[in-house]
Amino acid sequence: MIKLETAPIDARFPLMNQTQHCYTHYLEYHKCIQKKGKHAPKCEKFADYYRSMCPLEWIQRWNKQREQGIFPGPI
Amino acid sequence: MAIRISRRSNTYDARNNRLTSRYLFLPHSDFGFRITDLGSRFMAFPLSKNPIPQRIVHGTTIEILRTIFPSIIPMFIAIPSFALLYSMDEVVVDPAITIKAIGHQWYRTYEYSDYNSSDEQSLTFDSYTIPEDDLEFGQSRLLEVDNRVVVPAKTHLRIIVTPADVPHSWAVPSSGVKCDAVPGRLNQISISVQREGVYYGQCSEICGTNHAFTPIVVEAVPRKDYGSRVSNQLIPQTGEA
Repeated sequence: MIKLETAPIDARFPLMNQTQHCYTHYLEYHKCIQKKGKHAPKCEKFADYYRSMCPLEWIQRWNKQREQGIFPGPI
Repeated sequence: MAIRISRRSNTYDARNNRLTSRYLFLPHSDFGFRITDLGSRFMAFPLSKNPIPQRIVHGTTIEILRTIFPSIIPMFIAIPSFALLYSMDEVVVDPAITIKAIGHQWYRTYEYSDYNSSDEQSLTFDSYTIPEDDLEFGQSRLLEVDNRVVVPAKTHLRIIVTPADVPHSWAVPSSGVKCDAVPGRLNQISISVQREGVYYGQCSEICGTNHAFTPIVVEAVPRKDYGSRVSNQLIPQTGEA
């Protein structure tokens, strides 16, 4: 039986609106890999969380913006 | 032109073919009561005994009190009510799975991305309604879809609802779920389907021409079968697991 696990509840985002939850994990992952390197195991946790929470379309859009250097977030 | 004076106090009981009173302890017709009440008030204060009418126009103190006091009462009602309302949204148990329900015009996309190892691959599939001409015998019109959302029963799920274009709403009434999909926002709902089975719902926010033709079907399977069901269902479509 596969083990079922996903992004846990984050006390910073207790209510129904999880937009910031998804965005914050995405930013945390990228800040983490900038500090620790691309394949640091501690950063993988953030990657799993943002992939669980954010729609694929949003992730792809943000990745494209980062490649073009127009990502608006504080990375 | 009809002027309504008051609500009727009786109604017709079809089972027993009789009139019954709509109110407890009130007779079928309160006409007699009201006539007597009004008449007795007239009789109690005849003009001959009360020639000078009282001219009370206003009383500042009582008016202030009877404005402020009733507005304090709803405040006492609101405090626990708001506390309960916000606590209803809180999730206390960590969910086991996150499923994203993305609304499109006019179909749904479901993403199961808990096990992605990269940003590119994802267990994603579209869920279109089955047109009436393609229904099999026994299927419901406007409620069946080609790919159902498979979820494990008795497991805490987190469903993230969002649209890709216009507002939609993801509703499954038999599971007590209705969640609006607002563009640019991820709404989270936490459910735990207690029984295995198939649950139907429909889009609940007007989203264009085919708003009535975007149903939702959730299939709850035993937890041990969940992994195989999802991978078997999806491998032909996505090519990845």
